[in-house]
Amino acid sequence: MIPSAFAYFAPTSVAEAISLLEQYGDEAKILAGGHSLIPAMKLRLAAPSVLIDITKIAELRGVVINGSINIGALTTWHTIEYHDGLKGVCGVLPEAVAQIGDIQVRNRGTLGGALAHADPSADATAVVLALDAQIRTHGPGGERTIAASDFFTDMLSTALEPNELITAVICNKLGAGEGAAYAKFPHPASRYAIVGAAAYVKLSGGKVSACRVAITGAGPVPTRQAETEQALLNSDGSDEAVAKATEESGTTMDVLGDIHASEDYRRAMVKVYTKRALTTALARARG
Amino acid sequence: MTTEIKERIVGRSIKRREDPKLITGKGSYIDDIKLAGMLHVALVRSPYAHATITSIDASAALAVPGVVAVFIGNDMLDINPLPCAWAAGRVKNNLNTPRALAVGTVRHVGEAVAMVLAEDRYIARDAADLVEVEYAALPVVVDAKKATEPGAPQLHENAPNNIVMEWDCGDKAKTDAAFASAEVTIAEPIINQRLIPTPMETRGSITRYDEATGEFTVWMTSQAPHVMRLLLTAFVFGIPETKLRCISPNIGGGFGQKIFCYNDMAFTMWAARKLGRPVKFVEDRSENYKASTHGRDHITDAELAGTKDGTITGLRVKTYANLGGYLSTIAPGIPTTLYGRILSGVYKIPAAYCHVTGVYTNTAMVDAYRGAGRPEASYLIERMIDRYAAEIGLDPADVRRKNFIQPEDFPYDNGLGMLPYDSGNYEPALDKALAIAGYADFRKAQAEARQNGRYLGLGISSYVEVCGVAPSAWVGLAGEGWGAGLFESANVRVHLTGKVAVTTGSLPHGQGLETTFAQVVSDELGVPYDDVEIQWGDTQGTPFGYGTYGSRSLTVGGTAIKKSLDKIKEKAKKLAAHMLEANEADIVFEDGKAYVKGSPDKAKTLGEIALQASLAYSLPAGMEPFLDETSYYDPPNCTFPFGTHISIVEVDTETGRIDLKRYIAVDDCGNQINPLIVQGQIHGGIVQGVAQALYERAVYDEDGQLLSGTLMDYAIPTAEMSPHIETDHTVTPSPVNPLGVKGAGEAGTIASAQCVMNAVIDALAPFGVKHMQMPASPERVWKAIHQK
Repeated sequence: MIPSAFAYFAPTSVAEAISLLEQYGDEAKILAGGHSLIPAMKLRLAAPSVLIDITKIAELRGVVINGSINIGALTTWHTIEYHDGLKGVCGVLPEAVAQIGDIQVRNRGTLGGALAHADPSADATAVVLALDAQIRTHGPGGERTIAASDFFTDMLSTALEPNELITAVICNKLGAGEGAAYAKFPHPASRYAIVGAAAYVKLSGGKVSACRVAITGAGPVPTRQAETEQALLNSDGSDEAVAKATEESGTTMDVLGDIHASEDYRRAMVKVYTKRALTTALARARG
Repeated sequence: MTTEIKERIVGRSIKRREDPKLITGKGSYIDDIKLAGMLHVALVRSPYAHATITSIDASAALAVPGVVAVFIGNDMLDINPLPCAWAAGRVKNNLNTPRALAVGTVRHVGEAVAMVLAEDRYIARDAADLVEVEYAALPVVVDAKKATEPGAPQLHENAPNNIVMEWDCGDKAKTDAAFASAEVTIAEPIINQRLIPTPMETRGSITRYDEATGEFTVWMTSQAPHVMRLLLTAFVFGIPETKLRCISPNIGGGFGQKIFCYNDMAFTMWAARKLGRPVKFVEDRSENYKASTHGRDHITDAELAGTKDGTITGLRVKTYANLGGYLSTIAPGIPTTLYGRILSGVYKIPAAYCHVTGVYTNTAMVDAYRGAGRPEASYLIERMIDRYAAEIGLDPADVRRKNFIQPEDFPYDNGLGMLPYDSGNYEPALDKALAIAGYADFRKAQAEARQNGRYLGLGISSYVEVCGVAPSAWVGLAGEGWGAGLFESANVRVHLTGKVAVTTGSLPHGQGLETTFAQVVSDELGVPYDDVEIQWGDTQGTPFGYGTYGSRSLTVGGTAIKKSLDKIKEKAKKLAAHMLEANEADIVFEDGKAYVKGSPDKAKTLGEIALQASLAYSLPAGMEPFLDETSYYDPPNCTFPFGTHISIVEVDTETGRIDLKRYIAVDDCGNQINPLIVQGQIHGGIVQGVAQALYERAVYDEDGQLLSGTLMDYAIPTAEMSPHIETDHTVTPSPVNPLGVKGAGEAGTIASAQCVMNAVIDALAPFGVKHMQMPASPERVWKAIHQK
């Protein structure tokens, strides 16, 4: 539980952080809340020779709600969980975040850090997919925005370039007729998701006019459930419609097994939790 | 001088006096100790479960600035392997115990192969990665039953088929006959899975060697420092016992894992002597998981015979006990004396027989873990009772009641070679638990819920356990094979200021002994509670004691204190008679005062008597100065706490997840000195048993890799996963000791796993489930429901 030696930098601006990233390249890792990186370093599964601690960059912290919702990359789970404004316009975020780890983890862990690390069992990944959020990044060439659906590319891999930094996550406020929910089956030891299902629905004239479902935990990469989404679109969103739409959920996606939940079982749970998340999201959409 | 009559505090829920220090970070644990010039150890551990070490090259590690030395097993051939102190009677010539560092062969993942000593822990850890060890892999076996089969990989030349011992108890012929003529027989394979004790603080040791005197001082995370001193000097190093001082500082939980003699005690001693500098080793969590002891791991075929109307007539048990790659200090005694001999539980079973095969496998050593043998026994019989009740269609509460040992049967001989159960009254505890649970109403609610597709279950566990270990004449070499005695010790001194210092061979690692012991002393001597200091943990300054485990500290250690207090009072009475110019026979000692019967107004307080004893200018002829008395107490019997626990669960049939809705514990640990501490012990014990039922499982793969090697994979329960516990009690004082106490440290763990499993299986009865192995993980439950 003792990491290898490393050099430590604590830049105070995004520009400074990026120049350090450019300087040290693959040797460097960004340190935000540290709740994935530090344990990995203690177990020597990761041994970066340079740590760039971005927690001194104040501009990356905080939630701004105007036309849309802008959450700074360094915003902690605790801030999101207890943010008064978020509950009304995007309640699924505090709902999901409250289920991450424990109080100590939520006091330290950050949204940007979790997305950049892209743990296959992280909770926030499914939520940003279901919300169709935009992930804003900064690199040497300036700013770019990556859709959540393009962001998670493989196990522990993202569309983020090695010299880029996530700066914010942007998503829409939910209005009348819209609802979202997160349903989670926690791992008994790690409290990560064995299966986490995030669902977003929009009802227009009694029909489902938009639907997004994303699953974390079950497979190597958090993924949208396109077939389930399609099957629910234009339905009345009744329990029967949800049951029908989720009949095949989890059957085709990549799923991993471990000592706590086999592949078959996880597939079955994808279906159960997809159904539960959709049912709650629809109830919320109905108001 | 007069004193007011002091309020008695035995039986009161006083908050633990040790807590303010411990919970504000002011305790002193092993890792808080820093000595001048101290070197730090990092170990090179085997990544293989079974392999021959073909070469070790430490040159790169030695080249790292700050690295002082690298030692391997062959360097330490001048010391002996660690001893096994409990051969359990039947282990003959195949005791294989670990060396300080492996020599030649490694037999489990994480076995220590080399030690790197450096100026700080970081350098040591980095350099450990540079030690190049080549291994030739050998075939691996991790399953105790498979290890005994023909063709299995062999761990030790002197242990054919990997068998440590064949042990049995009970009456085989009578039991076979009972089965042959039984109306009903039940057979069930029962697995008691391997667990990892997981104390909050990991283990470690620090040695300082004094070249001038040849004396070692070892600070160790030990539940038994006096025993460690004996084992390390007489058995490992072959030096006089007086040349070693062992000190247990504050200890952050043990659960049994810290009873044993470990290699780090030996290699820090060896290296400190070699290098002339203090040496510190503290394991990290991953090392604790791979290389400190585990618990349980039984594979059993259990059979129960009975009549159609619910009378049990026989119990037959065959168990394979996995003891790991080597024998830990008391490993063979756990699945034998502490398991086989208590298998019939709270029931009168006329014919019982148990056979145990102890087995070496390529896994971490298995030894005592909270409850130690008794949880395995109680789980087995309580599961079988439920299985039997279901088979004959009777209420499981009724079957229990019908077969209970009755109050008039005590002392009760269970026919399995256990000492006679001291006292018990099992039905009131069952009745109380059933009443709290609202048993009749629950069965109605359960039936209604099933109609609505909801699956509730209720589990009962009526248990008895063995505490207060143990009479030396029974447990010792001539009997159960324990290599020493099991008495306990205490010294009481009343100083000239009237303050009382008590030193004990027992020591706390979370049990609140300072508080409980001080309550007893305060009441017995009639001195203020705050005037009593309980001191422990240092072999220099405490009388020889066997330490804290087996729920023995109050029953055996507390009684040793009581005996010393009685001696103090006797001497005080003699001296008071002298001071009052009265006849000793006329002196009464009460509430901290001695006076002539009938004249309490002319009393001498204990403080006055102590002062006189200390100043010593006027003592009765022949009396030695000072009030200072030591006692060694060897109990005439063990104690047998009991009770009934009930849990209620609901199963989410879509996911298999279990909601533990209620947990009711009615325990009888005899007289309670401090009910708050008793409750705390019961709570903690229950959570550990619930965890075995629902969450915890140490898993090795076929290559002997520990898959549950971190807290990310090994599921210890959080507060959120723990039930609300409703506690109540009955009181049946033990006749064994003058305090009437029985022990409470392990009861919760012993009672609870089967309590929850019985509830889960009751809930799943409509799906045809008769038994399920632990843990009742969501996947197991889900499969039981959905995959026929």
